[in-house]
Amino acid sequence: MSDITKQSLSELVENIKGKKLSSSEVAKAFVERSEKSKELNAYITEDYANALNKAKKFDEKPNLDLKLPGIPMAVKDLFCTRDLRTTAGSKILNNFVPTYESTVTQNIWNEGAILMGKLNCDEFAMGSSNETSFFGNVQNPIDKNLVPGGSSGGSSSAVAAQLTPITIGTDTGGSIRQPASFTGTVGLKPTYGSCSRYGIVAFASSLDQAGPMAQNVKDCALLQEVISTYDEKDSTSIDFKRNEYSKELTKDIKGKKIGIPKEYRVDGMPKEIEDLWKKGIEYAKDCGAEIIDISLPHTNYALPTYYIVAPAEASSNLARYDGVKYGFRAEGENLIDMYEKTRSEGFGAEVQRRIMIGTYVLSSGYYDAYYLKAQKVRKLIKNDFDDAYKKVDAILTPSTPSSAFKIGEKTNDPVSMYLNDIFTVPVNLAGLPGISIPAGHDAKGYPLGLQIIGKAFDEQNILNIAYAMEEKINFQNNIHDWWIK
Amino acid sequence: MSIDLKTIKHISKLSRISVDEKKAEKLAGDLNSIFDFIEKLNELKTDNVEPLTSVAETTLKLRSDEVKSKNLRDQVIKNSPKENEDYFVVPKVIE
Repeated sequence: MSDITKQSLSELVENIKGKKLSSSEVAKAFVERSEKSKELNAYITEDYANALNKAKKFDEKPNLDLKLPGIPMAVKDLFCTRDLRTTAGSKILNNFVPTYESTVTQNIWNEGAILMGKLNCDEFAMGSSNETSFFGNVQNPIDKNLVPGGSSGGSSSAVAAQLTPITIGTDTGGSIRQPASFTGTVGLKPTYGSCSRYGIVAFASSLDQAGPMAQNVKDCALLQEVISTYDEKDSTSIDFKRNEYSKELTKDIKGKKIGIPKEYRVDGMPKEIEDLWKKGIEYAKDCGAEIIDISLPHTNYALPTYYIVAPAEASSNLARYDGVKYGFRAEGENLIDMYEKTRSEGFGAEVQRRIMIGTYVLSSGYYDAYYLKAQKVRKLIKNDFDDAYKKVDAILTPSTPSSAFKIGEKTNDPVSMYLNDIFTVPVNLAGLPGISIPAGHDAKGYPLGLQIIGKAFDEQNILNIAYAMEEKINFQNNIHDWWIK
Repeated sequence: MSIDLKTIKHISKLSRISVDEKKAEKLAGDLNSIFDFIEKLNELKTDNVEPLTSVAETTLKLRSDEVKSKNLRDQVIKNSPKENEDYFVVPKVIE
């Protein structure tokens, strides 16, 4: 088969299980395409030789009962991988080689998948365009000099460009859904507590979640089924009954009540986004869903809340990078000088900015005015969703307020960059699952996404809605391999 | 509200991130625009609202106090930028 990399994960699994393809053939195809795609800068660390070896070993004694039998896969470089460098996109972890494996990636290898390499991301997942990475920006395969979104920008670029059949990202304020939307791919942020955070480089612990990024909803459901497990190594992992999401996937969403929140019609929203949303509503109706207008009155306060809570938690989490136990060290005249130089030289500008914000809002005299206030507003935001879910089963919104922008377009204005996450951040604050599916194109031909938000632990329902709508939308991504010489 | 250079210097000390004058000025500008945006929260009255610390509405599970991983010294020390036998090495602290 010549077009291996064009196949979806589900097709590859079927072909390997049916012995029509070997793991080696599949791994070789994705490795070769990845090697020809260096211009995208999607990878930070390549592990191709090992991947090909592991595929060979798999083929010698294939276990075809596994869910991801011999499937090669690259993952976001925020997941610790034993014996393979894990940088979080930062200079400060440039030489860090974990001696342990994250639970989420371990779950993936346990089901037979093979690691191909680590994918680029914004430094410590702080960014919406992958431009804060120490390892340089990533190209969106849709068009040259276009950002792939962030922070999981290497992941979105690699899936859209078919360098990996599927991948995982992490989402603290939109870092899976926004890049999925910018690249015409599918991305799911699961309920907080669904996927273990053990072994994921921490950004904001009350918001971080790992999730699948895929070419279609079915693949996304399959990977979610693999990565979502209860884990006693994460104290906020939740022990609930997890579905076999891919097996229970159905397009029958007749009678499902889908809410349309009026507050998401934000000032200055481009008409293209408004039109996309209207089209989405029609698609949902065509699938038999009932549309209900709802209100999430505190939506406008979500971003300011997020930009207190997330930096506060980050400033605390990132205190561990001191140049003593691991990572980059800058020499200093004394211990304090060493800490200050290490952190000043090791962290990039956006990370320093957020540590400073976080330190300030937690500092003596400001804690109540900022941090406590934000936690209270976070409660109001969560209450909005709780009230809405008395009337509806899911909520439909645009994923982002615009399509992908040019590299460099927003780097000098942090607030305009932050506004990218206006539709995704409330979901993290409330701990809910959300999925972005490609739903159309803007006038420039760039993809646009719709977001479906669910009740906590109701991933199956939003996957079903996405699955049904995906068929009606019948989205085609316009990718022309411009980067392959 | 306005964050001045003195405040920036103070936060930089608390954050253990050294900043020179040029960087401090840039940070002051950025932080001021970010805090202007954050001030929006003051429109809301929240006196009687319970703060939300975690969306995971479960109590922490207890587990038995057992050693599960042993002999990790080499793994723990493996990534240290500077080591001496079994220790992490830092600049001299006590004269």
